Amino acid sequence: MHPVILLIAQRIALGLLLLLASSALIFAGTQILPGDVAQAILGQSATPEALENLRRDLGLNDPALTRYFNWLFGAIQGDLGTALTNGKDIAESMGYRLKNTLFLAACAAIVSVPLAIFLGLLAVRYHGRWPDKAISGVTLASISVPEFLIGYIVVYFIAVKLGMFSPLAMVNDSMSFWDKLNAVALPVLVLTLVVLAHMMRMTRAAILNVMQSAYIETAELKGLSSFKIIYRHAFPNAIAPIVNVVMLNLAYLVVGVVVIEVVFVYPGMGQYLVDHVSKRDVPVVQACGLIFAAVYIGMNMIADIVSILANPRLRHPK
Amino acid sequence: MVNLLSVKDLKIGATVYPPGEKPHDIEIVKGVSFDLEPGMVLGLIGESGAGKSTIGLSAMAYGRGGVKITGGEVWLNDRDILKGGVRGLRALRGAEVTYVAQSAAAAFNPAKKLMEQIVEATLEHGRASRSEAEARAVELFRKLGLPNPETFGERYPHQVSGGQLQRAMTALALCPQPDLVIFDEPTTALDVTTQIDVLSAIKEAIRDTGVAALYITHDLAVVAQVSDHIMVLRHGEMVEYGTTDHIINTPQEEYTQALVSVRSIEHEEKAPAGDPLLKVDGVTARYRGTNFDVLKNINVELYQGQTLALVGESGSGKSTMARAITGLLEPTQGSIHFAGRTLSHYLANRSKEDLRELQMIYQMADVAMNPRQTVGTIIGRPLEFYFGLTGAEKRKRIIELLDEIELGEGFMDRYPAELSGGQKQRVCIARALAAKPKLIICDEVTSALDPLVADGILKLLLNLQKIENVAYLFITHDIATVRAIADSIAVMYQGNVVRYGQKSQVLSPPFDDYTDLLLSSVPEMELGWLERVVSSRKMVSAGN
Repeated sequence: MHPVILLIAQRIALGLLLLLASSALIFAGTQILPGDVAQAILGQSATPEALENLRRDLGLNDPALTRYFNWLFGAIQGDLGTALTNGKDIAESMGYRLKNTLFLAACAAIVSVPLAIFLGLLAVRYHGRWPDKAISGVTLASISVPEFLIGYIVVYFIAVKLGMFSPLAMVNDSMSFWDKLNAVALPVLVLTLVVLAHMMRMTRAAILNVMQSAYIETAELKGLSSFKIIYRHAFPNAIAPIVNVVMLNLAYLVVGVVVIEVVFVYPGMGQYLVDHVSKRDVPVVQACGLIFAAVYIGMNMIADIVSILANPRLRHPK
Repeated sequence: MVNLLSVKDLKIGATVYPPGEKPHDIEIVKGVSFDLEPGMVLGLIGESGAGKSTIGLSAMAYGRGGVKITGGEVWLNDRDILKGGVRGLRALRGAEVTYVAQSAAAAFNPAKKLMEQIVEATLEHGRASRSEAEARAVELFRKLGLPNPETFGERYPHQVSGGQLQRAMTALALCPQPDLVIFDEPTTALDVTTQIDVLSAIKEAIRDTGVAALYITHDLAVVAQVSDHIMVLRHGEMVEYGTTDHIINTPQEEYTQALVSVRSIEHEEKAPAGDPLLKVDGVTARYRGTNFDVLKNINVELYQGQTLALVGESGSGKSTMARAITGLLEPTQGSIHFAGRTLSHYLANRSKEDLRELQMIYQMADVAMNPRQTVGTIIGRPLEFYFGLTGAEKRKRIIELLDEIELGEGFMDRYPAELSGGQKQRVCIARALAAKPKLIICDEVTSALDPLVADGILKLLLNLQKIENVAYLFITHDIATVRAIADSIAVMYQGNVVRYGQKSQVLSPPFDDYTDLLLSSVPEMELGWLERVVSSRKMVSAGN
């Protein structure tokens, strides 16, 4: 078997193991919270008998390990349980939210990733000169301002003053694709500003690092132009670190957008999680935790696999 | 005849940032002039810092790092390339002039196939169509003696050996059919047995294509084999210029004479006396996680106050032997006896006395010292650690050691960055001596140094051996160094000791095949040496 396939298989197995471990952590975390689900449902004034009945009905008297495995096997089969607050199936209501979050993340990624890499290349091309400094300055400034503040600034200037786009990013299934894009334009702008700097600076650093190599001098002495040297000779050798930071930011776009969703009242996972945390809806919190963990681990796994595939020594052994 | 390249009063400068001082400009090349006719080869020779690479690259108007051409003219094909601007230079680089770097392993892009890199410049400058360029490359692979020339270009750089890569780099330089190729120490990083093949391949390629070349090296014996003229450089100035015959056989300047007669240290071998200080007894070793023995049943002995040289090419296991003796790699079989006791295989189980009596000096003196410590601190550390010396006593001993290595008290407060390569190696020697060892393992300690500086280090080591009665295990790939310093020699090849004994015995015939190959591959300062060796080898292989 090709050694690369073995390496990738190992990496995937490790990812699954990590996911299993994080599911145990999530479950354990919700168990050590004071009070229990029955208490949360019935409130402070519930009688001990009522509590006991409900606990029995919900299976809360089983040992923790049994409940963990029941939850885990359910989750594997796509059954994340029912929400305590409204009795709805979690998988169903979360599916809609997850789709919205992924839509927002995908839009932000499509704008920010190519832009970040392009700006990174541009910064390397003009290393130490004004375009480099300007790009670094602007992106650093945008990452330094808290994202909710950027959100409100964008709403104020673009939506209120200029009257472009809606300040509320409400989407629903009846909207056309174009309308949806229009609705998420402002959150996408804010998210792009937030993740751009990190990706751009890592791209710049990774390529600058490679630019010190002797083979870059060889390329210069072949009479190639600066841009050809950067994209033909430097970029292919900088892919691994760039993919790593891109994946980290994509994971952030899915799991870290809570604040932005709240600012723009966007019906995504973040809003959903915040709502149910405040209502102490433990099964929903667990389910959200599991999905977020899966996204994070999955993205990092993809980054590792791309790094393995980008290494010619592993791809073409002696 | 009209000149291809004409360099007139070339001046090259750089800005330096010495620690603790203001940045200032220095002049690296101070007004050098020379001409090169089409199809001729000019050798540029000098020690590091002589400006030879810098002058070579100026033929492409290229300055490494912060190096800038500050004055003079560089005429190539009847135009001053310094006035051509960026576009003019780009059109010239990789087309009219090409470059062969010292380390082909680093100069090839690891992410791209060889063929793509070799034809890139030819295509970029529109000097041939892709199919034409690839056909040319295959033809060059054949000429340069590369294996499977038809498919060689399909490989990635890491899939071929160092010697093959260096030849591929030559193919890269010749593919655009340039007028001038700059060879920058193209064989320096290779083993001596590989060097001879690459050298004759390069020489044949130059002759067949009729290209002109600047051949840069610090090894006069090498440059004598390939060039028509030689220019000797020192401190950015020309010392002497003449035909190869003139420079080798009748050098006029004192410095050139020193270069020609380098490596003339006479060392009488000492006969074994008493019990051996170090006895390596049937040692076999392999690296963790591998199932391949890098050392196979090694038996050698070394006596007090003597030098055993381990000779062999890279990968022969000589540095692994040092690792086994110092305890960094546990042997799987055999034992190591030192000063009458058996050393533990494990470093952690060795006594402080074991550690003290066995010291090491490395090839790369710069990375073997902490750049943020002064010379005094570096030498003082073993004094403190092994003997508990402090204060005035320690200072006195440091000064003694600095005198022994011929540097003196003034160097005590200097940092490694303020020392030359030879001075750094001297400080490393003093650090090893500070422990008052019985044995010092010297791992290629002169390989990174210029010949004259290396000579100085060898003389110092021999002198110290007389005074301190210390033994050296001297690891090297350089036969000349072995001749200068060894009492006994072990020739290593693929993890085996193929020949072992007193120096006089090992270096006199009859030879085994490998030792013969090794000895006959060492370049000699003599015109026509390369042809003589290559043709005698062809005759031997034809006879077989």
